[in-house]
Amino acid sequence: MPLIKEADSGTPPSAATEVVSLTIDGQTVMAPAGTSVMRAASMMGTAIPKLCATDSLQAFGSCRLCLVEIDGRAGTPASCTTPIADGMVVRTQTPKLAKLRKGVMELYISDHPLDCLTCAANGDCELQDMAGAVGLREVRYGYDGANHLCAEADESNPYFTFDPSKCIVCSRCVRACDEVQGTFALTIEGRGFASQVSASQSQPFMESECVSCGACVQACPTAALTETAIIDIGQPEHSVVTTCAYCGVGCTFKAEMRGEQLVRMVPYKDGKANRGHSCVKGRFAWGYATHRERILNPMIRRAVTDPWREVTWSEAIAYAASEFTRIQAAHGRNSVGGITSSRCTNEETFLVQKLVRAGFGNNNVDTCARVCHSPTGYGLKATFGTSAGTQDFDSVEHSDVIMVIGANPTDGHPVFASRMKQRLRQGARLIVIDPRRIDLVRTPHVQADHHLPLRPGTNVAVLNALAHVIVTEGLVDEAFVRERCDWEEFQDWAEAVAAPANSPEASEAFTGVPPETVRQAARLYATGGAAAIYYGLGVTEHSQGTTAVIAIANLAMATGNLGKLGAGVNPLRGQNNVQGACDMGSFPHELSGYRHVSDDDARGVFEALWDVELDAEPGLRIPNMLDAAVQGAFKGLYIQGEDILQSDPNTTHVAAGLAAMECVVVQDLFLNETANYAHVFLPGSTFLEKDGTFTNAERRIQRVRKVMSPRNGFGDWEITQMLSNALGFTMSYSHPSEIMDEIASLTPTFAGVSFAKLDEEGSVQWPCNAAAPLGTPVMHLDGFVRGKGRFMLTEYVATDEKVGPRFPLLLTTGRVLSQYNVGAQTRRTANVAWHNEDLLEIHPEDAEQRGVRDGDWVSLKSRAGETSLRATVTERVAPGVVYTTFHFPQTQANVVTTEYSDWATNCPEYKVTAVEVALSNGTTDWQTRYQAHTRRSRRIAQPEPAE
Amino acid sequence: MSGAEVDRLVTMANQIARFFESQPGDGAARATADHLNSFWAPTMREQLSEHAAAGGSGLSALVAAAVPLLRPARTDAPG
Repeated sequence: MPLIKEADSGTPPSAATEVVSLTIDGQTVMAPAGTSVMRAASMMGTAIPKLCATDSLQAFGSCRLCLVEIDGRAGTPASCTTPIADGMVVRTQTPKLAKLRKGVMELYISDHPLDCLTCAANGDCELQDMAGAVGLREVRYGYDGANHLCAEADESNPYFTFDPSKCIVCSRCVRACDEVQGTFALTIEGRGFASQVSASQSQPFMESECVSCGACVQACPTAALTETAIIDIGQPEHSVVTTCAYCGVGCTFKAEMRGEQLVRMVPYKDGKANRGHSCVKGRFAWGYATHRERILNPMIRRAVTDPWREVTWSEAIAYAASEFTRIQAAHGRNSVGGITSSRCTNEETFLVQKLVRAGFGNNNVDTCARVCHSPTGYGLKATFGTSAGTQDFDSVEHSDVIMVIGANPTDGHPVFASRMKQRLRQGARLIVIDPRRIDLVRTPHVQADHHLPLRPGTNVAVLNALAHVIVTEGLVDEAFVRERCDWEEFQDWAEAVAAPANSPEASEAFTGVPPETVRQAARLYATGGAAAIYYGLGVTEHSQGTTAVIAIANLAMATGNLGKLGAGVNPLRGQNNVQGACDMGSFPHELSGYRHVSDDDARGVFEALWDVELDAEPGLRIPNMLDAAVQGAFKGLYIQGEDILQSDPNTTHVAAGLAAMECVVVQDLFLNETANYAHVFLPGSTFLEKDGTFTNAERRIQRVRKVMSPRNGFGDWEITQMLSNALGFTMSYSHPSEIMDEIASLTPTFAGVSFAKLDEEGSVQWPCNAAAPLGTPVMHLDGFVRGKGRFMLTEYVATDEKVGPRFPLLLTTGRVLSQYNVGAQTRRTANVAWHNEDLLEIHPEDAEQRGVRDGDWVSLKSRAGETSLRATVTERVAPGVVYTTFHFPQTQANVVTTEYSDWATNCPEYKVTAVEVALSNGTTDWQTRYQAHTRRSRRIAQPEPAE
Repeated sequence: MSGAEVDRLVTMANQIARFFESQPGDGAARATADHLNSFWAPTMREQLSEHAAAGGSGLSALVAAAVPLLRPARTDAPG
């Protein structure tokens, strides 16, 4: 498709329902009250000249270019700041206005380099456009006066350049940073002629508070803020709308191209998850697609101690299939399995689980949700009837109270965090429950009303204490509970949480949260209006992860905060398609649409279509597979797009499991850590190189569109299909749309989904079927999917992972803004400029006791293992708690985490590991050995020269 | 199975039972067994049953009560 130029109405839409009638240039226009004259004019197709206005920002009225004449009003008001009125008569083009606008443009251009032909923004410059629009032919003032033409460009940011000589000080960048992103990193420094855009305290962008979201670059009407790629490559010539492959927000982007070369990713205004915003990852960190370390040829080896040998696709596929067949013949049908990828598309994920169930003939299939949100699936299905969040992201615009539990949205889900912060700046109240003082606790113009800095591992106790206050202080929404929930189950629950043992006062001893803080938070949540809960892996990755999800659901039901805008229970999903991977039947006990494999009716539908008998028993989960491998019963694994050696807990155990297998097939972009133990490597494709769909955290199914040919030769769905065919289970799809058609035919909640509908609607949220042909933004509106909402008791059970004299600190892990998951993608981009190693956050008191100073190498040791990394001393963590990320294989933070897991789902207890920290001299022996092992494992044999 | 592997199964089963033990009513053993039947592969259920038959060291009383309710692997699986 050609380059998409989105219309810019100049100012945001009005939410008013009252309609106003006015006349603009002789035409009658009807628009909602509160609409600006500029926007009303745009509705009839009239573009009033403008520079400081753009419809993603509130009107500012500084450029004086959008002046209009209005009958009965003196002067020439700015159309961007003037709201329409009934009967108003406006003229946008008059000789007087033309003269004024031309005069304004003369002033701008008198202090602007006249280098349009060599300017990076040539052809995409609003200043250039406006010069044309007003008919500028000369600048009467000349160009010799005082000017800013020699101002030095700031090239500190790897992704964009700030050239003040091209800045017109329209403040769009400053306002974008404030209003859209909510970081407030930019300002206009100085007055009058000395006015200039300044990052933080006149610092280079990279040294400032800028988070490189790109909002300022997008807002800039000139070349003052320009992507480095545009400077290097030039303007794109066509664009393709697609979906980001990073976090579970699912931002829509325009991939702007020159031929098959990606020039830049620009957030798409019509994207319903991101509404035109982006973060440093989705906007800029796509260079991994062409990174030199990407593997493009298939490889095999007999033993993991051998070097890799590049082979043809047919040889690699045949070898993998023969090995799986041999293993099953020797060790039984259940001796092999597969792992689907939450980074791949729904269609690709569906095919992997289909290959396992129908090709391998067992249900040994799992996905990375095992180690992140599997408790969400269990907990929300048990209480509400559906394994997914209840709201769309737009719902946050209606929240009066926002409770964030165990999530760090500004780092993990930054674009949604910006939307959340917009609502908080409008006055919504905020409760944060987190051991760390995450940025949301106090960030510019946002401050949590209550921060509950609980001890890691005590989520359930805190949630029960909140419930205790709600019940004992009479804050239950009894009408909602009686109508929507099972009343007897509610009474059992209310009686249990009302017990004195669950009071904030009683639980303070182990939660560490002051009782009055808990009480105030509970009152606010229950009585503050529409209250929404957003939670993340800080809830799920515990031995009581599922219990905590149930406790959250109980709170929402008890206070009537479900089935309406602004409320709900909202898991913030980690990876781009982790919701979709779960929906597609990636769990060993469930077919697509969350139907148990023992359900004869559901299974029968699959058997009939696939013409194969399916196993009615649940298969092995990832940790079960590894345990079985160590036992010698599990021998072969097909892994698409996951790096379990780095991401899963207790690395030593994972390595032992992988090493015990006879055939590990890794399909990925890079030789990841798991590939150190692989026998077959199948090069995967990036999201830029294939068609498909992702499903984000709000159940929104969105198209992924191929913008370039796969450098490895095939989309991942094609590779799975080749493997399946080689195994003897025939697949013959010619396009991913056919796979979606099959998903729709087999999955009631996807029955109405097709590529054609997604192309037409942009996106839909499941359930999408005959009852909801355009999807379901908010669930449980009139009743719960399961019928009556189910209260379940949530007794607090302390984890078995205890601190003691040997391991007196509690480690919790997470991620940072610039890096993503195991870092396979982001480590291979310029994002390393922000974060190029895992660091250990430690409180000053704990650091002082151990003689640790900022930047020191420290050992981090648990009963599972030991690693070393550098320390950063900070009060973001409480005394007794340390924190790190798991983005870098050099650190392998999961060497330290243990095998403890959630009772219901085996989701690992990443968030609670008893550790000790001590000064060290550098990397541990284990790290040194592992790095040597990695180097050996990644050897690729050179082809023998021809005779 | 090694001792460590048995210990892990015992820990997991006890965790599950602990949750259902806290629920109202007297169906905790049945609920524990249902959970194991629904989410544990047949081999894991068999290993747990074998451990219980061998004395069930470390198993909570509720898991011990749930073990007889475990379903044998369905025989209609593909061959």
